[in-house]
Amino acid sequence: MNSGLVMYEEEFRLIAGICDRLTRDANAKVVFLVDKNGQLIASSGQAQHLDTTSLASLTAGNVAAMGGLAKLIGEKEFPNQFHEGEKESLHMSIVGGRVVLVVIFDAKSSLGLVRLRVKKAGEELAKVFEVLARKQAAPGAASPFAEITDDDIDNLFSE
Amino acid sequence: MSFINYSSREINCKIVYYGPGLCGKTTNLQYVYAKTNPDAKGKMISLATETERTLFFDFLPLSLGEIRGFKTRFHLYTVPGQVFYDASRKLILKGVDGVVFVADSQIERMEANLESVENLRVNLAEQGYDLNRIPYVVQYNKRDLPNIASVDELRRLLNPKGVPEYQAVAPTGVGVFDTLKAVAKLVLTELKRGG
Repeated sequence: MNSGLVMYEEEFRLIAGICDRLTRDANAKVVFLVDKNGQLIASSGQAQHLDTTSLASLTAGNVAAMGGLAKLIGEKEFPNQFHEGEKESLHMSIVGGRVVLVVIFDAKSSLGLVRLRVKKAGEELAKVFEVLARKQAAPGAASPFAEITDDDIDNLFSE
Repeated sequence: MSFINYSSREINCKIVYYGPGLCGKTTNLQYVYAKTNPDAKGKMISLATETERTLFFDFLPLSLGEIRGFKTRFHLYTVPGQVFYDASRKLILKGVDGVVFVADSQIERMEANLESVENLRVNLAEQGYDLNRIPYVVQYNKRDLPNIASVDELRRLLNPKGVPEYQAVAPTGVGVFDTLKAVAKLVLTELKRGG
C-alpha cells in the first residue's frame, strides 16, 4: 500500500551529526528535522525544554497548509519559510521534498546566517535521504515487522 | 505513513478520526487523553475556533508499549468535520496509517454521515489510498441519544463491507478505547504484512 519511512542506525548518526553541526554553525538554539507527515526524526541543541512531538506535528501541519496555499496560486510549494518573533524566530525549509528542517534562533544569530547554513545542511541531508530511499527500495528489504506475531500485537492490548 | 526508527527503536503510526461535523471526533480524543496514564501520552493540541469547533486538527500522541523491543507510538489526529474545511481534511490524511470513521447515530444526521464517508473515500483516493484496503473501523457514536437509527440501518448505509464496528457514547467513554484498540491492531497487522 504505502511504505513508510525507515531510519537505520548509520543514517541516523549522519543526520544527527549534520543537525548538531548546523546548530553550532548557525548559532541556533534548536534544530530539528521532521518528516512531512509530522514524525520527529532528529533534534539538536536545547531541545530538552521543548515539546518536540507537538512541534513536529504543528510543523507538518503548517508546511502542509502553506503547500496547499502555494498550489492555489500556481506554485509547487514554498520551500522556505521564516517566522519572526519578539525574541525567537523560526526558519523552516523543505529538504529533498520529504522532510522539513526547522531552526529556532534568537538575537545571537541572524536570518542571513541561518539561511546560508541551512542551505548547506539541506544539501547534505538530501543526500542521506536519497541513500535511505534506495535502501528501502532495494529488493530483500523486507518489512522489519514481518516476524511479529498476532500474539505480540494482542499482548500490547492486554492490561 | 509509519516511521520505523531502528536507532531509537521506535515505531510511529498515524491514525485519523474522520466524520461529519459535531459527530464526536474531538470528544473521542479528549476521552482518550483524560483516561491515559501521563507517562503514555503527550500534550493534546486542538487548533479550534473560538466556538470550540475544530479549525485544522486535534493531535494526541500516545505510547502503547513495546513490541519486540520497539516502542510503539500512535499519533491520533481528527479532521475538521464541517463541509467547507475540505482542503484541510485532505492535508491531514497525508501519510495516514489507519482511519476511524465516527458516525453520528441521530437519524437527522444520516445524510451528513453518508456525505462524509463519501468525502473520505474521495480524499483518500486523491492521496493514493483505497478505503477498502486501508486499516479502517467505524464507530456509531451518540448511542445514548433518543432519536437514533438502529445499528442494522447504520451498518447497511455506512459499513457495507463489514469492517470492525463499535457503538459508542464518547463523552462517557463507551466504545472509545475499543475503537482505538481495533484500529491500532489493524495498523500493526498491516505493518507486519509489510504494508
